[in-house]
Amino acid sequence: MQILRLKETVNFMAFRKVAMVFSIVLMISAISLLMVKKLNFGLDFTGGTLIEVGFEEAADLTKIRQVLDSNGFEDGVVQLYGSSRDIVIRLAQREDVKAEMLGNQVLSILQQSTDKNIDMRRIEFVGASVGEELTEQGGLAMLTALICILVYVAFRFEWRFALGSVVALFHDVLLTLGLFALLGLEFDLTVLAAILAVIGYSLNDTIVVSDRIRENFRKIREGGPAEVINISLTQTLSRTFITSITTLLVLAALFFKGGALIHGFATALLFGVFVGTYSSIYVASAVALALGISKEDLIPEVIEKEGAEQEQMMP
Amino acid sequence: MLNKSPLWKSLLVLFVVAFGALYASPNLYGEDPAVQVSGLRGVEADAATLDNVRAQLEQDKIDFASIALEKGQVLVRFHDTESQLKGRDLLDENLGNQFSVALNLTPATPEWLADIGGTPMKLGLDLSGGVSFLMEVNMNEAIIKAKEAMVGDFRNDLRGEKIRYRSVKEGAKGINIQFRNVEDLAKAKSLLKKRYRDLLLVDNEDTLMLTASMTEQKLKETREYALQQNITIIRNRVNELGVAEPLVQRQGQKHIVIELPGVQDTARAKEILNATATIEFRMVDTEGDLANALNGRVPGSSELLYDRDGKPTLLKKRVMLTGDHIVDAGSSFDEYSRPQVNITLDSPGGSKFSNATKNNIGKPMATVFIEYKATDKLDPQGNTVFEKIEEVISVATIQARLGKSFRITGAGSQAEAHNLALLLRAGALIAPIQIVEERTVGPTLGAENVQLGFQAIMMGFGLVFIFMMIYYRAFGVVANLALGANLVLIVGVMSMIPGATLTLPGMAGIVLTVGMAVDANVLIFERIREEMRQGKSVQQAIHQGYDAAFSTILDANITTLIAALILFAVGTGPIKGFAVTLSIGIVTSMFTAVVGTRTVVNAVWGGKRLEKLSI
Repeated sequence: MQILRLKETVNFMAFRKVAMVFSIVLMISAISLLMVKKLNFGLDFTGGTLIEVGFEEAADLTKIRQVLDSNGFEDGVVQLYGSSRDIVIRLAQREDVKAEMLGNQVLSILQQSTDKNIDMRRIEFVGASVGEELTEQGGLAMLTALICILVYVAFRFEWRFALGSVVALFHDVLLTLGLFALLGLEFDLTVLAAILAVIGYSLNDTIVVSDRIRENFRKIREGGPAEVINISLTQTLSRTFITSITTLLVLAALFFKGGALIHGFATALLFGVFVGTYSSIYVASAVALALGISKEDLIPEVIEKEGAEQEQMMP
Repeated sequence: MLNKSPLWKSLLVLFVVAFGALYASPNLYGEDPAVQVSGLRGVEADAATLDNVRAQLEQDKIDFASIALEKGQVLVRFHDTESQLKGRDLLDENLGNQFSVALNLTPATPEWLADIGGTPMKLGLDLSGGVSFLMEVNMNEAIIKAKEAMVGDFRNDLRGEKIRYRSVKEGAKGINIQFRNVEDLAKAKSLLKKRYRDLLLVDNEDTLMLTASMTEQKLKETREYALQQNITIIRNRVNELGVAEPLVQRQGQKHIVIELPGVQDTARAKEILNATATIEFRMVDTEGDLANALNGRVPGSSELLYDRDGKPTLLKKRVMLTGDHIVDAGSSFDEYSRPQVNITLDSPGGSKFSNATKNNIGKPMATVFIEYKATDKLDPQGNTVFEKIEEVISVATIQARLGKSFRITGAGSQAEAHNLALLLRAGALIAPIQIVEERTVGPTLGAENVQLGFQAIMMGFGLVFIFMMIYYRAFGVVANLALGANLVLIVGVMSMIPGATLTLPGMAGIVLTVGMAVDANVLIFERIREEMRQGKSVQQAIHQGYDAAFSTILDANITTLIAALILFAVGTGPIKGFAVTLSIGIVTSMFTAVVGTRTVVNAVWGGKRLEKLSI
C-alpha cells in the first residue's frame, strides 16, 4: 500500500516566498500574542497552591466558588479537571499565611461545607522563589539545547543547514508558545517538556531532509540548488507523511487517554508535529537556500565518497 | 553474500533482547503488602528482634508470607492487606517505643531474580502517590549564628591569654575588637592569626581596632556545613517513616529535596520532618521523697520523670539550661571507652551554665530529652495535637564547675550517643529549615495515572501496529517486532538503572519514542522501495536501503539525544522524567530499529533469489 506516489518532482521552492511571508506573519502574531495576552503560567512558574480533589458525585463549581469566597479565598481559580467529579483549585501565594497551611485549610473548608467524602488527590504548593528559579532554568535549558544543536549540525553538515534548522526550531517553539497564549492554555512544566520534545521532533525532521539534500547535491550533476532541494523534498515526502501519521496516532492516544495531567503536554506536541513538519520544508530548507547553499559547499567530499561507494558495491 | 548476518550478530540481538526481557520481568510480579520494623534512636533491629516479631505474629495467628532481616530492619511480607494491618497494629502495640512499625509495599520479585539484581522500575510520585518536599535552609541565620559564636570565642581566647581589650562587637565588616594600646592589639593579632587560619584579620593602629571577617572560603564552608547537617537530620527523621525508597538530596546551594513515594499519611510525614528534639539540664530533687512522689505526692517545685527503662527520677522543675544554647555536639568515648556526648554551648549559655553549676558541685544533675511528636488527635481548629515526650537520658554528678564545653555520659551505646549528638544539634539547628514547596499525590490519583498512562501506551502501540502492518505488510510486522522489543528494552533498562524513576511525563516520553522509533523503520523501508523503483534487485535494494538510511538515522537520533541529555542535566521534575525515558528510548530504538530489524530481515529474506518483496 502507498499513500503518496509522486512521479513528478514537486516544485516546493516555488512557494517559498509565499511561505516565508506566511511564516513571518505567524511569528509576528505569536510575538504580539505573547506580549499582549501573555502566557498563562502554571503553578510551577508563579508559585502558589494547587489542590486537586475528587468528589463522589459531580462537583458544583458555583457552590465551591461561593464557599471559597466566603472564607477569604476570593482569588481562587476553580476548574474541572478531566471529569465532572475532579476539580482543581489554584490559589496565589499570600504573605500572611504559610503556604503549607493553605492547602490543608482549603481542603478542610471544602470537606466541612460541601462534601465530607471528598478525596484529596493532589496538593502542591510552590514558593515564588522556586518558580523564579524554574523560569530561569527552563529558559536556560532551551538555550543550551539550541546552541548544542547548532554546533552539532554545523559540524556534521554545514553552517547554512545549522542556521536553517535552528531558525526552524525557533519558529516552531514560537508558534507553539503563541498557540498557548492564544488559547489561554496553562503553561506548566509538562508543557515545557513538550516544547522541548517539539524541538526534538522538528529537528529529527529537519535533519532527515537536510541529509537528503546533502546526498543529492553530491549525486545530481545538473539543476540549480532550488531544483535539488525540490527533488530531495519530494523523495522524502512520503517518509515525512508516514512518520507524522504514526506520531500523530500515538499523540492522539495520549491526548484522549492520557488523563488531564498530560493534556497540555499532548496539545503542545500535536500542534508541534504539524508545525515541525511544515518548518522542515519551508523554513529550514528555504533558509538554507536563501543563505545561498550550493553544490560547491558540499562537493569537495563528493569524489571521495562516490569512490568509496563504488568499492562498497562491488561484490 | 549480501544480506546475511553473521551468527554473532544474530546471537547478540537475541541476547540483548533476552537480557532486557529478564530485567524487565520483575515489573510483572507486583508488590507484597509488608510491615517494616526499624529501630529508633540508634537501636538496630537484630536477630532477637526478628525472633520476637515472629513469635508475636505466630502467637496471634496472623498469617504472613515471609520474614527477613534486611539492613537493620525486619521486613514481614503478608499475603493480603488485611493481615498486614492486623500485623502492624499488633507489633506497634507490643514492641514499645524503641521501634517504629510502618506499612510498606515491597516488590514481590522472586528471590533468584532479586539475587541477580532484578528490581522493578521505581515509580515517581505522580504514579505511586506520595509526597515530596523542597526545603530551604536559611543561610543568613547560619552565618549570623557562626558570627555570634565567634564573638564568644574571641572573648575567651583573649581572656585566656590575659590580653586586655575594651570590647568585642559585631560590625558591618566583621567582628571588631577594640583595644587600649598598640601592644595588646599586636599580641591579639598574632594570637588570633595562629588560632583561626580561615579568618581575615585587619588591624588599624590609629583607632586601635582589629577587625576579623570570614573569608569567602570560610563562608562557603559554614553554608556547606549547615546544609550537610540539615540533610543528616532529615535523613534520620525520614528513616522513622519506614518509607521504602526515600530520597533526601541536596539541590543547589540551599535546597533539600525530600521524596517519600508511597507515603499516604502526608500529615504525619510533615510533622516528623518538622519535629523538634532538644534537651534540658535540670537538677535532681534530692530532698523530695521518691516513694511519696510515686504515690502522687510530688513536691510543688518538682516533677516526676522516667527514663527509657521506666525508672522514675524526681527532678526540679526549674530548667538550668535549654538546648537552644547548644552550638555543636558530637560523640566520642571517654577514658573507660564508654560512649559520651561532647557538647559546646554558645557564650550566654556557657556563662549561664557555669553559674548554675558553680553552686551545685557534688549534686546530681539530669539530662532530659524532649521531643514534640505529632499525635493522631486534632484540636477544635483542626490542627494536629503535639505530644511532649520527656525522657531522662542520664543522671550525673557534677564534678566541677562546667563551662562552655562539657560532656555527658550515660547515653547507652555508641550509636545512641551519636544519634543523641545529632538530635541535639537538630534541637538547636544552626540554620532553620522551611518547606518552600510541597507536592502531594493521593494514592488513588497515582493508581489512576498508571492506568491511564498504560492505556495510552497500549492504544498508541496498537494504532501504530495496525498502521504499519497495513502499510508495509510483512516488513510492517518486522517493524512491529522491533517496537515490541524496544518497549521491553526501555522497561528493562529503566529497571536496571538505579537512579531512573518512571513518571507520567516519562510514560509520555515512551509513547513519543514509539512514534519516533517508527521513523527509523519508515526511513529504511521507504529507501528500499525507492531503490526497487529504480530497478535494483531485491537483495541490493535491501542492502542499499539499510545503508543509505543509516547515516540519516544516526544524525537525527544523535541530535535528539543531545537535546534529551541537556534536558536531563538541566531539568528537574517532569522534565527530567521525560528526558530519562526519551534518552533511553532513542538508544534502544536505534538498536532495535536498525540492528534488530536487519537481523530479522536477513534471516527471512536474505540470501534468496526473490522477485518481489512484501513491503
